[in-house]
Amino acid sequence: MPTKFKQALESGKFVVTSEVAPPKGTNLEKFEHHIALLKDKVDAMNVTDHQSSVMRYPSLGGCLKVIEGGGEVILQMTCRDRNRLALQADLLFASSVGIQNLLCLTGDSIILGDHKDAKSVFDLDSSQLLETVRILEKGKDLGGNELDGAVSFCAGAIVTPEADPLEPQLIKFEKKIEAGAEFIQTQAVYDLDRFKEFMDYARQFKVKILAGVILLTSAPMARFMNKNIAGVFVPQDLIDEMAAAPKGQAITKGIEIAGRMIKRIHEEQICDGVHIMAIGKEELVPDIMAAAGIV
Amino acid sequence: MIRSITQKKPEEEIERLLKGFNRIFIIGCGTCVTLTRTGGEPEVSAMQAELSEKGKMVTGQTVVPVACDNLTREFLSDFGEQINQADALLIMTCAFGVQTIARQLKKMVVPALDTLFIGKETAVGLFDEICTQCGTCIIGETGGICPVTNCHKGLVNGPCGGTNHGKCEIDVAKDCVWTLIYNRLQELGRLDSMRIYQKPRNHQGEPKPGKLKLPAA
Repeated sequence: MPTKFKQALESGKFVVTSEVAPPKGTNLEKFEHHIALLKDKVDAMNVTDHQSSVMRYPSLGGCLKVIEGGGEVILQMTCRDRNRLALQADLLFASSVGIQNLLCLTGDSIILGDHKDAKSVFDLDSSQLLETVRILEKGKDLGGNELDGAVSFCAGAIVTPEADPLEPQLIKFEKKIEAGAEFIQTQAVYDLDRFKEFMDYARQFKVKILAGVILLTSAPMARFMNKNIAGVFVPQDLIDEMAAAPKGQAITKGIEIAGRMIKRIHEEQICDGVHIMAIGKEELVPDIMAAAGIV
Repeated sequence: MIRSITQKKPEEEIERLLKGFNRIFIIGCGTCVTLTRTGGEPEVSAMQAELSEKGKMVTGQTVVPVACDNLTREFLSDFGEQINQADALLIMTCAFGVQTIARQLKKMVVPALDTLFIGKETAVGLFDEICTQCGTCIIGETGGICPVTNCHKGLVNGPCGGTNHGKCEIDVAKDCVWTLIYNRLQELGRLDSMRIYQKPRNHQGEPKPGKLKLPAA
């Protein structure tokens, strides 16, 4: 039985996913509020896994909360903090509690996070994690041992369409597809003409692609991303547009820009959907969708 | 040439390690740490002055030719009395030297340096890590450049999403090894090699601690 998210991907509709970030601590109020707000609006919610290497409430626990709240969930799983035993065990657990969608990531460096002295693991990489999922689905583990009860996932991965140089990323992208990625959520894209070039290439593969959209909150934030976030390129005209927004209206402008981009992706059928990242401002996702005319 | 690349420990740490030891004998090395300016003649002399200033009594000092060599014991025997008088040996060599000396002398050893990596001098005054001795070498498929050592995450199937303009996500001074591998394989017309899916690595190629015994000849 395909997952609800998988059904949405296969239906040909314009798919929308977004992110919800578990809290730093045990107070789940805001997190649960975001889930309640988004569960009927988006096709699935990604629960992040210690994003930016910052220790938080676990992704698995967050996924359980989404299921409890009646939403469709995508478990984000990085290779940074767990070796192959722990990753496989978490996949068994996820499968047993009804978490059926999975996003496989390498994970940011420990050094970028808030436990800079910690040991990083990277026993597997993202393509190997995808391969692992497919092996577990066949009722075996990575050691070749039989499982008493297999797993089943709609598994995906990420790509950075505006990476420089691009070809090494594309080689990895193809490995991920060969390893069984069914969907791809991209790093944020802002230059849609360039993204269309990527899609001209990516269309040859049997994989659904959701374009990453990060909400711009201010001109300095856009400049910060250009300087510090790999593969994110906010064109100057968008930065100027953000800078020209009246005082206190930057967020409104950011919503307008995100909405406009999603609208174009939708109308021109550039790819199969979007993955909206509102980083800490998840409550604005419905506004972005309204601005895009996809509610 | 293979070099052990070291860095001086923070002053406070050396001070803490030497707490309670009043008479100190200092040992440097004429090989790698002389090259990296962390334990050659000038650094040993500077340390002597530093310790004296802090009220320690330096019973003697020397720079052995190759601290990690077993001949170090013989070389140090010339300093028998000065070493005997010392409460501890402050050793300004890499951890190979410190451990070699610790095995040879019945004295507390205090390392003054941290050993960062095993590498080589790739330009004047520039040192790069080359091999992490993982025991399962894959450089036959990566154009002779090691991603296990030179990718921050040790990734073997291509770059992560953090690479930017050919640099590593943790430090723009560090190259993204996957860009280097890509460029090299492209130059050699062997990009197909990069497309090969690498299975999860065997991290127990030689389970720690490494040990190898040759069969009798």
